Amino acid sequence: MAHQRPDPEALLRRIHDAEARARRGQLKVFLGASPGVGKTFTMLEAARAKRAEGLDVIVGIVETHGRAETARLLEGLEVLPRRQLEYRDTRLEEFDLDAALTRCPALILVDELAHTNAPGSRHSKRWQDVEELLGAGVNVYTAMNVQHLDSLNDVVAQITGIRVRETVPDAVLERADEVELVDVTPDVLQQRLREGKVYIPEQATRAIERFFRRGNLIALRELALRRTAERVDAQMRGYMEEKGIRETWGASERLAVCIGAGPDTGRLVRATRRMAARLHIDWVALHVETPGDQRLSSAERENILRSLELAERLGGRTVTLSGQSVTDEILSYARAHNVTRIVVGKPRGSSWRYRFGGSLLDALLLGSGPIEVLAIMGEEEGERPRAAPPPRPSAWRDYAGAAAIMMVPTVLGLLVRSTGLTMATIDTAMLYLLTVVFAAARYRRGPAILASVLGITLFDFFFVPPYYDFAVSDVRYALTFGVMLVVALVMSGLTGRIRNQVESARDRERRTATLYAMSRDLASAETQEEVTATTLRNLRDTFGGEVAVLLAEVDGRLQPAAPIPYPFDDREHGIAQWVYDHDQAAGQGTTTLPAAAAFYLPLSSGQTVGVLGLKITDPGELRDPARRRLLEALAGQAAMAFERLVLAARTRKTEVEVEAERLRTALLSSLSHDMRTPLASIQGAASTLLDGAGPPDAGTRFELASTILEESQRMNRLVGNLLEMIRVESGELQVQKEWQLLSDVVGVARLRIEEQLASHPVTTNFPPDLPLVAVDEILLEQVFVNLLENAAKHTPPGTPIEVGAETHPGEVEVYVADRGPGLPPGEEDLVFEKFRRGGSGAGIGLGLTICRAIVKAHGGRMWAENRSGGGAIFRFTLPITGTPPTISAADADDSTPELEVGPAWTAPPPSSS
Amino acid sequence: MDRPTPLLLLIEDEAPMRRFLRAALASHDYRLVEAATAKEGLTQAASRNPDVILLDLGLPDADGLEVTRQLREWASTPIIVLSARGREQDKVRALDLGADDYLTKPFGVEELLARIRVALRHASLPPGGAPEPVFRSGDLTVDLVKRQVFRDGEEVHFTPIEYKLLAALVRHAGKLLTHRQLLQEVWGNNYINQTHYLRIYVMQLRQKIEPDSTRPRLLLTEPGVGYRFKAD
Repeated sequence: MAHQRPDPEALLRRIHDAEARARRGQLKVFLGASPGVGKTFTMLEAARAKRAEGLDVIVGIVETHGRAETARLLEGLEVLPRRQLEYRDTRLEEFDLDAALTRCPALILVDELAHTNAPGSRHSKRWQDVEELLGAGVNVYTAMNVQHLDSLNDVVAQITGIRVRETVPDAVLERADEVELVDVTPDVLQQRLREGKVYIPEQATRAIERFFRRGNLIALRELALRRTAERVDAQMRGYMEEKGIRETWGASERLAVCIGAGPDTGRLVRATRRMAARLHIDWVALHVETPGDQRLSSAERENILRSLELAERLGGRTVTLSGQSVTDEILSYARAHNVTRIVVGKPRGSSWRYRFGGSLLDALLLGSGPIEVLAIMGEEEGERPRAAPPPRPSAWRDYAGAAAIMMVPTVLGLLVRSTGLTMATIDTAMLYLLTVVFAAARYRRGPAILASVLGITLFDFFFVPPYYDFAVSDVRYALTFGVMLVVALVMSGLTGRIRNQVESARDRERRTATLYAMSRDLASAETQEEVTATTLRNLRDTFGGEVAVLLAEVDGRLQPAAPIPYPFDDREHGIAQWVYDHDQAAGQGTTTLPAAAAFYLPLSSGQTVGVLGLKITDPGELRDPARRRLLEALAGQAAMAFERLVLAARTRKTEVEVEAERLRTALLSSLSHDMRTPLASIQGAASTLLDGAGPPDAGTRFELASTILEESQRMNRLVGNLLEMIRVESGELQVQKEWQLLSDVVGVARLRIEEQLASHPVTTNFPPDLPLVAVDEILLEQVFVNLLENAAKHTPPGTPIEVGAETHPGEVEVYVADRGPGLPPGEEDLVFEKFRRGGSGAGIGLGLTICRAIVKAHGGRMWAENRSGGGAIFRFTLPITGTPPTISAADADDSTPELEVGPAWTAPPPSSS
Repeated sequence: MDRPTPLLLLIEDEAPMRRFLRAALASHDYRLVEAATAKEGLTQAASRNPDVILLDLGLPDADGLEVTRQLREWASTPIIVLSARGREQDKVRALDLGADDYLTKPFGVEELLARIRVALRHASLPPGGAPEPVFRSGDLTVDLVKRQVFRDGEEVHFTPIEYKLLAALVRHAGKLLTHRQLLQEVWGNNYINQTHYLRIYVMQLRQKIEPDSTRPRLLLTEPGVGYRFKAD
């Protein structure tokens, strides 16, 4: 199994870690075996040394516990003021994380890593504060005792008999850049204890004698030394991997621990973690959901959740499988994922299940093949919860129903007897059996058993001779009774299982359907508003409660994408921002910022785009891994959709840039030709006029001046088109729509190019009922000017030009038609391309491109056709948006053409005076 | 106003433009004072008391709009704004600030002279006084006293608002009126954003007074800015 080459994933992780480390602050942990070894003292000495080197060192929080030697070391060091807070009439002092982040020193001292923060603090644990400091790039010195390590928690409890409640995840110590073991021998420590140099909390005096027993101290010291040695070992391995030293690569083994509903799995998880750490291999916590899980009590569900959470905290991966058989699922996962050892709890007590049905351990052992199976003794961590079936409000009704059903064969049998017919006792028994089967199929186990017992009693009383007596004359009936009972049990068991299967299948289906529905909705959402609305709707439908979506602006500030339905003040915003900045869930129902009004989850699919807020009535619902995974899956989909929008926008931008680049190149080449030609004429004409040699006659002078005028007008149009094009291309085309009469716009355009149109009769055809259209007057005028100019330029003099419009549903279609040579068939659309000239060579071929861009900016389309009977027709549409305004009745004057103008002339504007 | 030849003040920073205008105006018997900056322009306007001011909007030291505003604080001298096409917003603002007319660069001499004539004519009227009681342009005759309009000698009838609009245009004939100014004058202050009122009534007016309403010759549209009633 030994690999001969490095696992690429491990290498990537190493690189990633190194990158993250470069930004993060450095963490140094002073690790001790027990209180009193001098961690704080050593830490302060080290800090003073750094201070002496000129480093910006401050003391975040250090407890001297009244020891003078320690207090002396604090002198001369900057100490951060503590945060004062009130909690239930008690003044509490806490480390001020925000002040530390604001002060942002090079190195900060934060004592007692395992400390639990006062309620109302941002994080519930001090190590989380330290994580944030490191994340902000601040170096941290901290101190802790080995007993506070999560994975050693129960070992220490076993040794000392005292369970430490404040724990630190092992990962924190593992990620530390430096660990310094502060070590004294047990004898010295006991000596110090006697001298009163060890701080002992008052409430703990009772336990203290037990704790500081020599044997305990030796064991704790061993733990601390071993843990430090393990770290050194890991560093060694890391070094060898980095340097590509091959020999030491172990097989890529993996440990799996099976998590059940029992109260003792915490110990299994810790043991697995220790084992994995020693073997330097990955580990995974497996839980198998079976249809039977529906019957678990809430306490048992809680056990599973707690164990999975613990596993995650200890750095393991958690996997929840679902299937019929726990054994099959575990084994197939193990085979597929290269799990080499499976850890299970040792079966305990004398449960009948283990005797008859065989334990999970037996089943695993039978099917495991080459996989090792390790059985570890669980540990009582409290009262074993009673596996009471979940209370069902209609339970009594089921029992009543079962009892009522059993009356049917009784009444039937008695009726038959009263008619004088005789029925064999065995037939009556069959009748009862049938009814029991029916009851068992219909109800759960309890009512089924009631039905069978009732059936036996009734059958015995009424139909087993002697009648109306419970006495049984024949032993054979005992068998009948037995059969009835077994049938009831088997049937109710079977139907129960089917029912559970149906329920869990329905559950899974619901989950899948939810995901599918959301992905389908998101696929069709094209704008940020649509994606937001879809996300909100789907999450509300799935989780109930109130949902918020916040998206990050370019500067990283979160902004609500839609109005937030629950009170959302600056504090909540701050929390959401924290979640975004740290890419880590927080808020209600978590250990980070638990006082928040809602649960906040980063919207992330590789790149964090925003934050999702979820305020539900029962925050505990999100601790259920299945619900949590569903939420994460939904959030992931939403994040992907948002990211897709960002990417699409970016792609569009790139396309525009490419197109703009192409335009620039083409512009340069045509500018040199098209601009210089008229300039050459102007220059030539002007210099001829100035030439003193031979003064041209009046006629020539007039001709030359006309040339200058015409050519400069031509250049003016050219420059106008170029400017227009640049506006279009740069996305600066701003459409200022106002309600306009198309005929008026055309009139202005005709006036502007009157000269060019002089040799063409122009007819207009605007129906009187043509509505006002919302367009940009100036841009649309440009469209008509270009189209008319084009028509005049490319058609023989004297041929007519027609302009007109028709109303279609939802839009107005406008046309400019000529009777010229028309367009080359099949190339009608090419005329709209940039720098495509018509035959005559005038202009630089931008006119139609601009027209189309302007029409498009108005939400319309433009195309060209050849007319039947010769000539080209250019058409474009303008959407009718909104209702064209009318003159309100009050403002419209009556149509009587009488001049009844009142004297109310307003004075002309002051400028005209 | 009894000067023999009108005095024009040109505030323009482009030397070639000044040279061209100097030549063109001199040959038409106008006297010209030139200023290359806004500051100089304001000083000249105060000291020389010109009859018409030609103002370029793109000055190096101040915004032409600001110059208009300052001039209007103390002078009612007609101001003709010169600016490049595509800055319609600026034109409207200049006109609403009190400028009398504008010319889009590049422009021809004929156009400029026509605008100057209109400006001088309006300036020559006594302050707040009525224009000539009878206005004639081509076939059209408008008698502002009798409130009668004739086309080709035949009386044309208008609705009260149509007449009010026509009268407003005719009283300022040749001068450019912004949408805002017209709406204010005809409909009142509450209607200054209802530009579609204007478009509809202008169309109705054209059908009554223009020989070919699709090619207006009298009531001209200045796109994005307003309307002008052609003088002469």
